Amino acid sequence: MYDPTVARLTYRALLGRRRALILGALPMLLIAISVVVRGLAGADDQTAADLLGGLALATMVPIIGVIAGTGAIGPEIDDGSVVYLLSKPVKRPTIILTKLIVAIAVTMVFSALPTLVAGFILNGNGQQIAVAYTVAALVASIAYAALFLLLGTVSRHAVVFGLVYALVWEALFGSLVPGARTLSVQQWSLAVAHKVTGGDLVTSDVSLTTGTVLLVVVTVLATWYAGQKLRSLTLAGEE
Amino acid sequence: MAVEHPLATPAGDQSRIHDIGYRGYDGPRLGRAYARLSLYSQTLRGSYGLGRSVKSKALPMLLFAVMCVPAAIMVAVAVATKAHDLPVSYTRYAIIMQAVISLYVASQAPQAVSRDLRFKTIPLYFSRPIETADYVQAKFAALASAMFILTGAPLVVLYVGALLSKMDFAHQTKGFGQGLLSVALLSLLFAGIGLVIAAVTPRRGFGIAAVIAVLTISYGAVSTLQAIADAQDSTGAVPWIGLFSPVTLIGGVSSALLGGTSAFPGGHGPSHGQGAVYLLVIVGLIAACYGLLLRRYKKVGL
Repeated sequence: MYDPTVARLTYRALLGRRRALILGALPMLLIAISVVVRGLAGADDQTAADLLGGLALATMVPIIGVIAGTGAIGPEIDDGSVVYLLSKPVKRPTIILTKLIVAIAVTMVFSALPTLVAGFILNGNGQQIAVAYTVAALVASIAYAALFLLLGTVSRHAVVFGLVYALVWEALFGSLVPGARTLSVQQWSLAVAHKVTGGDLVTSDVSLTTGTVLLVVVTVLATWYAGQKLRSLTLAGEE
Repeated sequence: MAVEHPLATPAGDQSRIHDIGYRGYDGPRLGRAYARLSLYSQTLRGSYGLGRSVKSKALPMLLFAVMCVPAAIMVAVAVATKAHDLPVSYTRYAIIMQAVISLYVASQAPQAVSRDLRFKTIPLYFSRPIETADYVQAKFAALASAMFILTGAPLVVLYVGALLSKMDFAHQTKGFGQGLLSVALLSLLFAGIGLVIAAVTPRRGFGIAAVIAVLTISYGAVSTLQAIADAQDSTGAVPWIGLFSPVTLIGGVSSALLGGTSAFPGGHGPSHGQGAVYLLVIVGLIAACYGLLLRRYKKVGL
């Protein structure tokens, strides 16, 4: 179910040439801000939780997830070169699974790792905050990558829809309408993080059971449906 | 030009290019200005999906509706409750809706420039009378106009509503004018930033993500830093931090120079002097975007 050649091609598409630099700019910014904040405010648990929760988990992880998830398959479908891949005797669910693994790995490396580093810079992992948000980022990476990979196979405007979900639904509606938080990857992953650390600074609006079940269901369903979409893929012309 | 061209060949050589019957064009030549205007109007129409498929109309029209509906609701509430002033000031409205505006510029800036880069049609444009500067000006002006329509329309809704509910005419007109000025600045700034980023990559999806990342991450980072500076009682730093993101730049100018209320944490808006610095930075950024675009197209136009 894992094809090394497809994986290598996907890695090259995601990280080739200058793209790795652009993907790396966001984590560098997070770490730079953490250094500035540590210098300004000193080690403070609440500040660390606010920064990691507001900037790292709410903004950075979804954006990296959108770039990696849709970038793993979107451009290939867009320029039509995916037909060369589909014409090979590789099962299409295998292609999706391989691309998903690559997307998850890229998202984790570029979002969870910097979150951990930033957490240690901010307060030296006081009250397990750095570890909690890293766990949340790791869990969220999986769900986001699966979700956005599916979007990449469904729509040509996957990036826009992904961003609308991440920024408008999770950030805007999530802060205005409490009910919207039940359907948010961010809150599900926070539920897991809350269980891992047991602290009071990392809280979630959904229970652990709900969060885990929904995470697994969304990831599995999205991957399965993406495989189905790829099986019946038709290439549309430009616009 | 369809006549025979004697080539500079050695004497005695009989080879030459023959007229093979293509019909010449002897109609009016409309020139550079006309070509530039056409490019402008096509891009402006394109940014709302006019003249394109239904699918590509959906998103810009949806965002336009999302921009206007809250304004209509506010007006309806103000009329029903016979309020004496609008619940939100004209300059504040665009700042509240910044997520929608960012999404619009992120989706339409790559639309305006990425496809020309991807299909390598840029050299074809420049084989016509227009020059690099014309292309950049037309695209920049078109996207800025599209943004101005997007951000100005809800202000018109607010203004008309305010007049219908018999609020003070002079006061409302002044606020409306200030609001229009601030969204004009916002349109130019956002369009410039969006185009510069989009012009670097021929991949549309990547351009969208890059524009949104620059706009929202900088806003998120600046807001977080401002909140922390405010909590640490270093309130003097709050306005200076605001210089580092497009949204807070516009917000700062609106509150310092255009009579708005500050959205910065703790209400520590910039003073008049700082407002002037904000304005300088905005104008500088717009000029820099224009310069960068010119440089970029000098290179890819070959």
